[in-house]
Amino acid sequence: MKVEIRLFATFREGRGKTVVLEQNEPTPRSLLRDIGVSEEDVAILLINGRDGDFDQTLKSGDYISVFPPVGGG
Amino acid sequence: MRYSKNGIFSDKDMNILRNNKVCIVGSGGLGGYILEMLTRVGIGSITIIDGDVFDETNLNRQILATSDSINRVKVEVARERMKQVNPEVKVVGIEIFLNEDNVSTLIQGHDLVVDSLDSIDARITLEKACETMGIPLVHGAIAGWYGQVTTIFPGDRTLTTIYKTKTGKGVEKKIGNPSFTPACIASFQVSEVLKVLLGLGEILRKKLLMIDLLDNETFVLDID
Repeated sequence: MKVEIRLFATFREGRGKTVVLEQNEPTPRSLLRDIGVSEEDVAILLINGRDGDFDQTLKSGDYISVFPPVGGG
Repeated sequence: MRYSKNGIFSDKDMNILRNNKVCIVGSGGLGGYILEMLTRVGIGSITIIDGDVFDETNLNRQILATSDSINRVKVEVARERMKQVNPEVKVVGIEIFLNEDNVSTLIQGHDLVVDSLDSIDARITLEKACETMGIPLVHGAIAGWYGQVTTIFPGDRTLTTIYKTKTGKGVEKKIGNPSFTPACIASFQVSEVLKVLLGLGEILRKKLLMIDLLDNETFVLDID
């Protein structure tokens, strides 16, 4: 099953804006592990544009979006 | 004549702004620009809070940092410059770092608070205090090419949502902040401040505007 990962800000470095992965029973956790993004580095995780959980099982056609924390002033 | 180019604001609007009191927490990259813009617009009274002094690493982006201001107290430099920019605005500088014990006293009596801090923990502390005190908060944060803005009303708890599992610093710790990102995000924050105070236009309530200056992309995320 193919799922799209939409990356933002520094997560794009070396990966591009989107990555499509094929996995059986994918979760955001398994997808991010495969592209080398640490969960601890994610501030905002969206599934199909809504707040999501790392262990939620995704369906075909779903997409996740991940943003790093921006905290400088 | 001073405000003759403020044509987007009516005389009534300008009177409202003259009677408003805004608190800016953090006088760094964002805070310096925000203070400058709000002072030129004609806010009646501005409090700026920061316990730091200028150092050389501030020179690349902080509008108040100059060779002459190194080692000087940030809010003191800020107050002096604003006296030159617009003596009609009462600017009070408070040399202190915000914490859980002093935050309520510091923000009390203000119509609006601006978050221009540089740590996630302090931002959460500020959001909680603004909720308790019933004061709206305009948040901005930056890292490298990226920045974000949102406007928070008591009870929204937007920062608690977007920084759910985060403490300390964000990716700015690794990629720093250049000169142009704070100016950009500060401008969005100032326009949010003015719209909230005057009840104009649309504000970013429960919405997070994210700006990517590297790829020229903007996103508005709905924050539930």
